[in-house]
Parts: sequence; C-alpha cells; structure tokens
Amino acid sequence: MADEGLWLDGNGIAGLLAEVFATDMTTVDHGCRACGAHGVVGAHRAYRGAGTVLRCPECGDLAARISTLPDRHVVRLAGTWLIEVPRPPAQ
Amino acid sequence: MPRAPIVWRAATVRAAADETPHARTLLLDVPGWPGHVAGQHVDVRLTADDGYQAQRSYSIASAPEEGAVALTVERIEDGEVSPYLVCETRAGDELEVRGPVGGHFTWRVEEGGPLLLVAGGSGLVPLMSMLRHLAAHEQTVDARVLVSSRGWDDVLYREELAVLARRPGVAVHHTLTRETPPGWEGFDRRIDADMLRAVGPPPDAEPRVFVCGPTAFVERAADLLVALGHPPQAIRAERFGPTGG
Repeated sequence: MADEGLWLDGNGIAGLLAEVFATDMTTVDHGCRACGAHGVVGAHRAYRGAGTVLRCPECGDLAARISTLPDRHVVRLAGTWLIEVPRPPAQ
Repeated sequence: MPRAPIVWRAATVRAAADETPHARTLLLDVPGWPGHVAGQHVDVRLTADDGYQAQRSYSIASAPEEGAVALTVERIEDGEVSPYLVCETRAGDELEVRGPVGGHFTWRVEEGGPLLLVAGGSGLVPLMSMLRHLAAHEQTVDARVLVSSRGWDDVLYREELAVLARRPGVAVHHTLTRETPPGWEGFDRRIDADMLRAVGPPPDAEPRVFVCGPTAFVERAADLLVALGHPPQAIRAERFGPTGG
C-alpha cells in the first residue's frame, strides 16, 4: 500500500480532538457522506501533515480536516456526526 | 469519559528505569491527574530553552489503580523526542502532559472477557496497562496475550509477564522474529493465521481484541484476525504510525 505507515488511528489524535471539541471524540459515531459507512472516530484514519485530516476507514473520503493556526483551529466536518456530550447531574 | 477542558499539566519524573537496551519507563507525578482507563495515552510536550516545542503521544503503561503515571518510551533512531526521554531524562526532571485521552482503545475489568491482546514491540505498553489493571482485581478473565518482539532481550516487562501468566485465565505467548535464544520453545516467526489460531480464543468465543504496534504490524494482524472470522468491530487497533520519534 502506497500510504502504508503514513496514518494513525483516530484514537491517536484524541488529544487534538479533545482540545477542539472539549470532550472525548474517539467514541463518537461518524457516517460517511460518500459510502454511507458508520464507525467511531477512534477507528477512522488520521493523517498528519500541515494540518490533520480524518478519513473514512472504508472508502477514504473526508470526515474532518483540522487546520491549526497560531490563534485558532479551523475545523471542516463532512458526513453525519452524532456527538453526545455529558452534562453535569441536575441539582 | 468526564467532560473537562483538556489542559497541559506539569509532571515531574519520580523515577526512570531501563526496561530493555532501547526502552525506558518514566514514572511521573502529575498533580491534578484525573485518573485514566487502561489503554489510554497522553500527549507529552517538551519545551526547549529557546521556546521551541515538540509534542508526541505515549501510551500509559501503569494500571489506573496505581498512583503515578508510567510511560514506557522506546528510543527511535534519529527521533527528536524519544532519545531525550530514553537517554537523558532522570528523576526530578519536568515535562508537560495532557490527558488521559483516547476512549476508544480501552478496557475495564467489569467489561470482562474473553480478551485477545496482540502486541508488536512496544505496542505492548497500553496492553500492559490492561493486564496490570486485571491483576489489581480478583476476577478471573480469559486473557490471551501474544507479544511479537525481535529478540528475547527486546521483550518489555518480561519477568512481570511471566508472573502474570501464572494467574488463572491468563496465557502469554511470545514470538521472536529475528533471533531466538538457545532452547527457545515459543514461536519464532512473524504472526500468521496458525499462530493466532493456536493462541485463541476462537471467533465464536467473541473475544474483545486489542492490537497495538507499528502500522504494518497492526495491518497484518487485523487482516489475519478478520480472515479468521473475528468481526472487524470487535478488533480495536492502535497504530504508532510515523511518530517522528
């Protein structure tokens, strides 16, 4: 495979994702806009270069692109994301 | 996972110990550490005097039940961070960590077994956290461990694994891919279908499978496991990838 060794699991960029979303994203479900496959973000493929790109493990289509600039992260999402965020218990 | 802003915390090296000629365990005191689940990792950040920063991810080797956070770091030739952590770092040194992160590659003893843990080289580190977590409890869990290493001297936690293997339910298998000591009776080749079949448990036992190691190792192991009939969803993988060391 030409890209062998160039990618990590989505789980491997959990720190960056937690910085951006303020919650653990690795167990979040993502549905691919291209092939329709669903899977948790932790099992996606993460490519790190000038920015970070998350791709569908089935077809390789874009799931997210995160560009980290000096003063902000710029995030582009694709497909369907189901993000559940815990809330503090009601008083 | 509790929701909290992820912050960098100052960590102090309490102790550093060589595991193999190429790997060292750093025991860190991290004030404010929120606790972790076996299998998670941390991001480590080093800052040079001139402000230059380098960041890497390392799996946690210690069990959640332990007070300090242990990281076992393998030295990567020409790496930027790992040679410093393996060769230079000593007790009293400070570095920054954030985490724990990564809720996908985790196991808690209450989730039970059977378990199949497949490690390539220092991919054993997060799996060792799971085994140490198991060892902190009375529960018997069917846990099969397959550790692939180049040679016997490259095997991390060798003596501790031998002790763990005496627990009911736990079986530890080694395969040595480059050189074997005289009288070696374990496996002596790259992992293959026959080896995984011998280690078990079979797919119909529905084990939770965790595979960690270099990308090529994980790819091979995952392909073999799927071909044996393990559902892809039951296989959790953690690849090192090109960490830049």
